[in-house]
Amino acid sequence: MALPLFQPQQDPGPDFTSLLATKGALGLSENAATLAPHGTTVLAIRYADGVIMAGDRRATAGHSIEHRAMEKVFPADRYSAVAISGSAGMAIDMVKLFQVQLEHYEKVEGVTLSLEGKANQLAQMVRTHLPMAMQGFIVIPLFCGFDLASGLGRIFTYDATGGHYEEGDFQATGSGGRDARNTIKLGYREQLGLDDAVELAVLALYEAADADSATGGPDLVRGIYPIVASVSAEGYRQIDEAVVAQRFEEAIERRRQSGGLAGGTLR
Amino acid sequence: MSMPYYVAPEQVMKDRAEYAQKGIARGRSLIATTYNAGIVLVAENPSKTLHKISEIYDRIAFAGVGKFNEYDQLRVAGVRHADLKGFQFSRADVDARSLANLYAQYLGNVFTHEMKPLEVEILVAELGSSQRPTQLFHVAYEGTITDEGEWAVLGGDADTIRQNFEGRFASSWDLAQAVKACAAALSGPERSLGALDLEAATLSDGNGRRTFERLDDTRLASLLA
Repeated sequence: MALPLFQPQQDPGPDFTSLLATKGALGLSENAATLAPHGTTVLAIRYADGVIMAGDRRATAGHSIEHRAMEKVFPADRYSAVAISGSAGMAIDMVKLFQVQLEHYEKVEGVTLSLEGKANQLAQMVRTHLPMAMQGFIVIPLFCGFDLASGLGRIFTYDATGGHYEEGDFQATGSGGRDARNTIKLGYREQLGLDDAVELAVLALYEAADADSATGGPDLVRGIYPIVASVSAEGYRQIDEAVVAQRFEEAIERRRQSGGLAGGTLR
Repeated sequence: MSMPYYVAPEQVMKDRAEYAQKGIARGRSLIATTYNAGIVLVAENPSKTLHKISEIYDRIAFAGVGKFNEYDQLRVAGVRHADLKGFQFSRADVDARSLANLYAQYLGNVFTHEMKPLEVEILVAELGSSQRPTQLFHVAYEGTITDEGEWAVLGGDADTIRQNFEGRFASSWDLAQAVKACAAALSGPERSLGALDLEAATLSDGNGRRTFERLDDTRLASLLA
């Protein structure tokens, strides 16, 4: 590898994807199998100190379960997180590129991008992916972060064309997204504490897994639980798996006592 | 027809070296040293935005002295090289030695082939891991690369500062002791440098994946106190 130096006119600036393009290294692999694993329910909820993000662990290919412990929630940088639904391999590639893009900008420019800027960058990556989405390899990320300028947690959703929309207080995407969203809608209150927000996320994922075959619930036998992370002024922090497991056990216990009735999980 | 003039190659190289040294001597110096938790880099730099010390990668830092635009161009190229390599291979494959070699080749090329040599001296520091030891690579304006031991001094007045620092250095000292010694060695006996005249950063474990951390003015002042 030679030192990547450029004439001022050709300089790609702090944009890592342009830099990759100059090396001819951009482009997602086009020979993926038609039954590439798909990821499923991810959600984000705003709470008093920021925003939490959660995602189940199941990846399916057609009707079979391909992975039981896939991670779908990632730190994008210190103050933001990205969760993925859709074609797993490409979605994870996109996250990896997005993470490097943000860090690259920060190192070259010496300052971090604004939250809006980060959301825009991700939209451009989703748009670049559109030809693959047309062939069935759709990738729909969910992005959230703590906005240092306003001191608020903010959530952004995307569509396959790269359209991105800022959401209000919560959002969920993926095949179980509707069930998760409806659960959050019922339990959401302004200025939730972290514990209550984690509980709501757990319930939403539980309901999504209950109704959607492609969303994995808590795997009590193998000890695999959904990933829950918070993004606040302290940065990205993954909630302890033991805490998440405890929350699931409580929810399951309540549901058991209610005789499996819907609504038995919500207090 | 005009007469082609002849200048001995020795003279050309001597003139270029002198030119580069003069340029570097106009700038301020810096010291990098190991301490009990990693590496600390301290530079005399009154500017809070035009950095001499920066992050290249997870465990690699860059420091430059001399002409700002020239070493900053090298810094950006280093970030690009490291991010490309880490993306195409793995984060663990990005190492200081290969980057320092690229810098050395480039500086050497410019020194022999271009009209004007680069008026810079740079340091590529890597925090040790289970794979590689802690390393400080010093690359001079003409491409000479040196693998420094536990500490390195860069800049115009390097010889004096080196003498000042040598007696103070103690391996596995703590951060405050190291920063104080660096400040004292950079200032010399006649003046003293405070937090506002210095720029400092560390590479140390405990900050997560990215080990580079700038020491801001308040932190620096408390370390110097």
